[in-house]
Amino acid sequence: MTARSVSITFAGSGGAGVMTAGNMLLDAAGRAGWHGYMTRSSGAQIRGGEAAAMLRLSTEPVESHDDYFDLLVAIDWQNVGRFSAEIPMTSDGLVLGDPEGGDFPEQISAKGTRRAEIPFKKMSKDIPGGRANMIALGAVAALIGLPEDAVNSVLHEALKKKGAEALTSSEASMRAGMEYAANLPASARLETDGVKAESLWSITGNEAAGLGAVRGGIRFVAAYPITPGTEVLEWLAPNLAKLGGVLVQAEDELASINQIIGASYGGTPSLTATAGPGLALMMESIGLAVASEVPIVVVNVMRGGPSTGIPVKSEQSDLNIALYGLHGDAPHLVLAPNTLADCAFTTQWAVQLAEALQTAAIVLSDQSLGQSRATIEAPADPGFFACRLRPEGPLEGRYRRYLNTPSGVSPMAQPGMKGYQYTADGLEHNEIGTPSSHTVDHSTQLDKRLRKLTAYDYGEHWADIEGEGDIAVVTWGSTTGPVREALARWREAGNQARLVSVRLLSPVQPEKLAAALDGVKRVLIVEQSHGAQFHRYLRAHYDLPGSVRAFHRPGPLPIRPAEVFGQLANWS
Amino acid sequence: MEAVSACPSFSARDYKSDVKPVWCPGCGDYSVLSSITKAMAELSVPPENVALVSGIGCSSRIPAYTNVFGFHGVHGRALPIATGLKISRPELTVIASGGDGDGFSIGGNHFMHACRRNVDMTYIVMDNEVYGMTKGQASPTTAPDWEKSKLTPEGTGINPFRPLVIALASGANFIARSFSGDPNHSARMIAEAIRHPGFSFVQILSPCVTFRPEQRDWKAGIRQAPVDATTDAARAARRLMTDDGFNIGVLFRGDRKPFQPSMKARVESVRDLEKEFRI
Ligand SMILES: Cc1ncc(C[n+]2csc(CCOP(=O)(O)OP(=O)(O)O)c2C)c(N)n1
Ligand code: SF4
Ligand SMILES: [Mg+2]
Repeated sequence: MTARSVSITFAGSGGAGVMTAGNMLLDAAGRAGWHGYMTRSSGAQIRGGEAAAMLRLSTEPVESHDDYFDLLVAIDWQNVGRFSAEIPMTSDGLVLGDPEGGDFPEQISAKGTRRAEIPFKKMSKDIPGGRANMIALGAVAALIGLPEDAVNSVLHEALKKKGAEALTSSEASMRAGMEYAANLPASARLETDGVKAESLWSITGNEAAGLGAVRGGIRFVAAYPITPGTEVLEWLAPNLAKLGGVLVQAEDELASINQIIGASYGGTPSLTATAGPGLALMMESIGLAVASEVPIVVVNVMRGGPSTGIPVKSEQSDLNIALYGLHGDAPHLVLAPNTLADCAFTTQWAVQLAEALQTAAIVLSDQSLGQSRATIEAPADPGFFACRLRPEGPLEGRYRRYLNTPSGVSPMAQPGMKGYQYTADGLEHNEIGTPSSHTVDHSTQLDKRLRKLTAYDYGEHWADIEGEGDIAVVTWGSTTGPVREALARWREAGNQARLVSVRLLSPVQPEKLAAALDGVKRVLIVEQSHGAQFHRYLRAHYDLPGSVRAFHRPGPLPIRPAEVFGQLANWS
Repeated sequence: MEAVSACPSFSARDYKSDVKPVWCPGCGDYSVLSSITKAMAELSVPPENVALVSGIGCSSRIPAYTNVFGFHGVHGRALPIATGLKISRPELTVIASGGDGDGFSIGGNHFMHACRRNVDMTYIVMDNEVYGMTKGQASPTTAPDWEKSKLTPEGTGINPFRPLVIALASGANFIARSFSGDPNHSARMIAEAIRHPGFSFVQILSPCVTFRPEQRDWKAGIRQAPVDATTDAARAARRLMTDDGFNIGVLFRGDRKPFQPSMKARVESVRDLEKEFRI
C-alpha cells in the first residue's frame, strides 16, 4: 500500500539512540527527495530518560503531524507507554518491538494495533559493535521504501568522524535491519520518486527564526536561555560572530531586553528570543522601546503556561500578554509565523517592520514550530531588511527626535552624529525629547506612535488566505498546519472552504479580514488555548460574518487534522 | 613654536543642555552634573561621541541636562542599556548613572554582573541613602535606624548594602568615592574612571536636602582616603571592609582585561551561513 505520507515513531529509554535514528531517517528521506517533519518528546528526566522521535515523511511538503502513526518502533519498552497519547494509532498501524525489551505497555496494546517482533538485543549481539537503533533505522527504511543509498550516504556523513569501526558496525546493523524487514508484515510505503534533493534543507523552526533575523540585518542579540526558545539563541551565537555581530549572554531577561534597547539605540538592529516567563519579565522594557521609539524584536517561542507551565510542550496561550501585556497605551507589532519555514520569513519581516516603524515587534512562534525539524524547500530570501529613517542633510535649528511627522515616523539619529544629540526617554516627552506632562504633548505623541503603525501599508503578508466558498476557518500560528490539512481533505471530499491564517496580529487589519471573509456564512476559529484567546481577540477587533464557532483547547497534545475536519463535518 | 593640536577642545558648557533641572534647590546632584561636564571637557571627547544612560530617580534625570547622547530608561536598567550600547559601539564613551535605589536595589543584579563583565564603561551612582523621587523611603544604603520614612517608621533594622565592597568582590576594575560638595574632586574621579579600561564605579555621596537634610553635615565628615589607591584586590578588600564610608579618592585600580567581543566578520554574507542547512 502506498500512501501520501507515512508517520513513524522511534521510542526507547535514554541512550537507546532514538533521536539519532530519527535524525538520520529524516536526513536520508531528504536525500531521497522526500519532505519530512520531526518532533521529539521526552520524559521528565532532564537527560537520559525515555524519548520518542516522531516523524512524518511525504513526497509533498509536510508541516504537521497526521492523525495517526503508521509505525511505532520501540527499541525497548521502558516507560514508552507514557507517550501513548502522543502516538495515536489505529488497527492499521504496526508496532515493532523486541521480545526481550520489557513488557509491552498496556496503553499501546489497548489500541488494537498490529504487532510484530524484531529481536534488537539478540541481533545487535551478533554484530560486532552492533547498534539496535541502526537496526531499527534499516528496518524502517526497508518497510517504507526508502532507497538504501540515501540511508547509506547519511550514515557515512554522520559517522565519518567516528572512525571506520563505528561506520562498519553501524552499516552492518542497518543492513541487518533492512534484511530482517522481509520477515515483517507490510506497512505504509511511499513512492520513491520525489522532488530534487539539491533544493531541500533540513532545519528547525528556531534555526529558521535565527536565519530570518540575520537575513533581516540583526547584528546584536542578548540572550538568557529558556525552553523552548534557547535554540534560536544557540544558532545565532556562532553565526552572528561569523557575520561580525555579537551575542551576549545576559544575567536575566531584564538585562537582555535592555541590552538590545541599548544596542539598537546605538544604531545596530537588535533582537532577543525567549519564552513566556521571560516575556513576562521583559514587559516593562518593551514599553520603554515603544515610548522611546527604539526598534527591537523579541521572538517568543510559546510553551504551555501560565507560570512555568509545561516548558517542553506547545501552546498558543501567550497571545494575550503579547497583545495586551504592556501598561499604558502602547501600540506595537505582534506577528506570528504559521509554518516552520515561516519562522524565517516572519522574523525577517518583523525586523524590517520594527526598524521602519521604530517600535517593538513581538514574534510569537511556539514549541511545535521552533523545536521541530523538517525537510523543506530552501526558503528564498524575501529581501526584508532593516532600514531606519535617519536624519539627512545639514541640521536646521534644533534636532527634534520625536518630530510629529505625517507618517508618525521621525528621523532617528544615533550617537556619533554631530549636532544630533538628544535624550531618548520613556517619560512622556515633547518633540525634542524633553520630559513633559502637558496634555498636548501626551496626546500628540500617543497619536504619533499609533499613527505610524496604523498608517503603514503592510501589503499582502498580513495573512495567508487560501480557497473559496462560504465556510472559512480562521486561525494563526502553528495550528495552521493541521487546519490546512483538514481543509485539503474537506476539499477532496467535494466541499469548499477558505483558510485565513493571520500573520500580523497587531496592529489589527479589520478591512482586510472583512474582505477575506466577504460572503462567508460560517466561520470556524481554531486555536490551541484553553481561554480561547484568539477567539476573544477576533471578537474584540473584527466583525465576523455569519455564524461563528470556536474550536480551542490547550496543549500539550497537538491539534490534529481530523479534529478540525470533524468540526466542519459535524456542523449542521 | 607651539604645535597646533588637531583635537578640538571643549569647555564644560559644551556638555550642558538648556533644560532646567527638576531638582530641589541645594540637591547634591547639581554639582554632580557640573562634575560630569567638567570631566568631559578635561577629556575633550566630542559630545556626540558620549552617551549618558540612566534609570529612574531624581539623580537619573541627569542625561537631559547634558548635551551628549542620553537615554533615560526604566527603573534599575541603566547598566544593561549601557552594556548593549558599549558592546555594539565600542568607540563611544559610555557612562551609566543614577541613584542608590536604582543601582543597588531594583538594579542590584545588573550591578554585580556589570562589575563581573567588565565592559569598558563608567558607572556613577549619586548616593543619598534614600529614594528621593518617591518621597523619602529607605534605600539599600540607608542606616538601619533611620526612622523618617512612613514605610519603615521604626527603621529598616537591616544592615546597609556596601556598594564598594560588592563592586570589588564582583570584579569592578576601578573603584572610587567622591562627594558632591567637592565638585573638582568628583570631576577628577570621573575623568580617571573614564580613562581607566574596564568597568569603573564611582560612588558620589550626593545629599538629598529634602528628605535627608542631616546630610548637609556630610561635609564635615568627608576626608581624603589616608592611603593611595591599591592595585591589590585583597588589600582593597580589607580597607573597604573597615571603611566608614567617608574616605574619598580612588580606592582600587585593577588590571583585568575589558570584555569586548571581536566584531570582525569571517563570512561575506548570510548566504555563506545557509550551507549548513543543505541536505
Ligand atoms: C518598576 C518601578 N518601580 C518603582 C518605581 C518608583 N520609583 C521611582 S524612582 C524610585 C527610587 C529612586 O531612588 P534612587 O534611585 O535612590 O534615586 P534618587 O531619587 O534618590 O536620586 C522608585 C522606587 C518605578 N519608577 N519603577
Ligand atoms: S528630593 Fe532629594 S534627591 Fe530629589 S531632587 Fe530633591 S533633594 Fe535631590
Ligand atoms: Mg537615592
